[in-house]
Amino acid sequence: MNTKRLLTYTILLFAIIAMVSCDKLLPAAPANEEVLDGEIEGLAPEQHAQFLRGDEAFGEVFTSAKGLGPLFVTNSCVSCHAGDGKGHPFTTLTRFGQTDNTGNQFLNMGGPQLQHRALTGYQPESIPNGATFSKFTPPAVTGLGFLQYVTDADILAMSDPNDADGDGISGVPNWIILNDFVIPALDAITQNGMYIHRFGKKAAAYDLLDQTVGAYNQDMGITSSYNPMDTHSGLSIDPEISDNTVRDVVAYLQTLKAPAPRNQNDPQVINGKSLFNQINCASCHKPKLTTSYSPVEVLSYKEFYPFTDLLLHDMGSGLDDGYTEGNALSSEWRTTPLWGLGLSPSTQGGQYFLMHDGRANSIEQAILLHGGEAENSKNQFLNLSETEKADLIKFLESL
Amino acid sequence: MKQIITIIIILASTLSFAQVDSTLFKRQKTETTQQLNMDAVYNRPFLSYGKLPVSVGGYAEVNWQHISTDGISEGHQFQMRRMTLFVASTISKRIKFLSEIEFEEGGKEIAIEFASLDVEFQPLFNLRGGIIMNPIGAFNQNHDGPKWEFTDRPISATQMLPATWSNAGFGLFGKNYQNDWMFGYELYLSGSFDDAIIDNEESKTFLPASKNNTERFEESASGTPLTTAKIAIRNKYFGEIGLSYMGGIYNTFQEDGIVLDGKRRLNVFAIDYTTTIPKTNTFITGEWAWINVDVPETYSQQYGNKQYGGFLDIVHPVLKRKMLGWEHAVLNLACRLEYVDWNVGTFKETGGNIGEEIWSVMPAVSFRPTPQTVFRLNYRIQRQTDILNNAPEKTGGFSFGISSYF
Repeated sequence: MNTKRLLTYTILLFAIIAMVSCDKLLPAAPANEEVLDGEIEGLAPEQHAQFLRGDEAFGEVFTSAKGLGPLFVTNSCVSCHAGDGKGHPFTTLTRFGQTDNTGNQFLNMGGPQLQHRALTGYQPESIPNGATFSKFTPPAVTGLGFLQYVTDADILAMSDPNDADGDGISGVPNWIILNDFVIPALDAITQNGMYIHRFGKKAAAYDLLDQTVGAYNQDMGITSSYNPMDTHSGLSIDPEISDNTVRDVVAYLQTLKAPAPRNQNDPQVINGKSLFNQINCASCHKPKLTTSYSPVEVLSYKEFYPFTDLLLHDMGSGLDDGYTEGNALSSEWRTTPLWGLGLSPSTQGGQYFLMHDGRANSIEQAILLHGGEAENSKNQFLNLSETEKADLIKFLESL
Repeated sequence: MKQIITIIIILASTLSFAQVDSTLFKRQKTETTQQLNMDAVYNRPFLSYGKLPVSVGGYAEVNWQHISTDGISEGHQFQMRRMTLFVASTISKRIKFLSEIEFEEGGKEIAIEFASLDVEFQPLFNLRGGIIMNPIGAFNQNHDGPKWEFTDRPISATQMLPATWSNAGFGLFGKNYQNDWMFGYELYLSGSFDDAIIDNEESKTFLPASKNNTERFEESASGTPLTTAKIAIRNKYFGEIGLSYMGGIYNTFQEDGIVLDGKRRLNVFAIDYTTTIPKTNTFITGEWAWINVDVPETYSQQYGNKQYGGFLDIVHPVLKRKMLGWEHAVLNLACRLEYVDWNVGTFKETGGNIGEEIWSVMPAVSFRPTPQTVFRLNYRIQRQTDILNNAPEKTGGFSFGISSYF
């Protein structure tokens, strides 16, 4: 081979190497504000490492060999919370058996949660005769760490159980006795031995550990030392997941970033925000909350914008399924945080499944399903012009 | 005394190796005509030594990859994908033995992919027994790295169908040819799949999950045979078309005489096609498969009961001449098109389409200094949806690899 040709081939080879090494030829990451998943910025290295372990555990798929079931709803955390966002009717769960604050009368018949799927050789549960039930579409799990560190005092300050200000909106916390394994916050407020719970559709979970242990057990049939009860036999069995893994998942949920708002300078969004306040949506969907001290420094003393008050509100007969948890009335639901609302379709298969059971397929439908304490706001929405409605929805989509 | 004997044996074996002159190995020519995909196990460039009735061979694949999914990349990865050794021997007239042992990921996985005794009674009637490669589609039997212009094996062949899928079993095969036509068939009864296909960490119906069960070479989970049958017809001008079926009970429906579950079947149908367009020498090969799995009603729709998918490779030689000192070197342009739907159907809850789909386009440049060796550069463009059919993950990136028989 002559020198000229060898040189040509060498240059060609290096050109190819340069080309294939270039990151610009690889698919780019979606913009941060367009996705729900991702960690809070500024985590310490060990927190970052735990986030990654938790992320992996969140995606772990359970099989029969790893303890799945034998009765279950789903086989992994991520199957219900794809992209850390709201879930889909496919993974909607059903709870049954409790109608008031006297507790669940169907605990010995599989309550409170229906495990409607089963490994081969087992029969899945069905709702017992006479039991009322409600379906819960999986919520988004982003920004939960911020919600965890809102003080009980702040939550109580937003409540107005007797509607003292006469705006038609009350709002009460769900006071429930703690599960044995839960350690209350240092600044927790108690009432007759009960604590303010804040997570879940009925605000029946105290903190992220409570929520996580319950989900492993009731959704996947995975026992832990925190809750060793097998959902099929009702007996305690060996833990099927380690305490470390549970802690990693809790840390993961705690340090998932808050959804980033988008298009905040859009005139439609600005007008929609003003209308949101004007028709009193913000009375329950409180735009701004503040955290207190957190051992995770980036969560400490932070203002954030979840659009919730973490309180229960009577939503009217239309949303009353006759089922409840803790001390909530069956018509009461915890105010759903609206942050990330506009990104919901990105994790719900390209469409909206809103409200507690996913019955609303658009934001407008969801607004129109509001009743009870939200009846006035709904009526005010109905009185808006079409342009104003569009602006309000544009604002909600920007969250 | 033992030590002395050991030293003598080691010295003797060292000396005997020293006496072997590698130039005395003769490479057997591979047959390029009158061959079907089913002949792939024998149609390899074996090395033989003198009149020894044993031939040996193998191939290796080494890759570099730089792949990213939605902006997240593991960076530059260097992979020794696999090294495979073949040993073939003619035991006596019309009795042959051939084995293929594969070392994957630096020896992390070692598998006997093929080890069978073939007894020929006549060309249309041969008996095969041992570890056989079930002839579903064409790729499962014809999977040697150096034969392909792409660093990765087809997704449908390895992530939907379980290539390389081998089982202990027996069967018959044969072929016949007349003028421009050739006909071949294979029929095997073998060990089968197991419950892992619907109870696995892939969170979807996944036939390759049964490959993790190495006990299948000793004990079939269902206690019933897996039937695999294939017919193939080849015409000199039209190419080869194959139709294949694989099916049987996959689950452990009883144990110690106690019935645990109903018998659950899986059925796989596949069609494969291979041809070379005479005027342009463009080589086209592809296969498509349909899978039906009886999934319990009480189970999650996460595990689908229908799947389909396939791939199509188009390889066009653009230069055939002396290059870089190799007399008959070939430079190819190629492209692979792939699609798999792991969960065909709609959600019971919404009636919406279940996702779990993937498609991929992979343009490639390959250089073959000799027919046995290939250098290949690929760029993958891939989109994959989750079960909810959310916006697909975007995967892309380059891979470069060398694969060669030795």
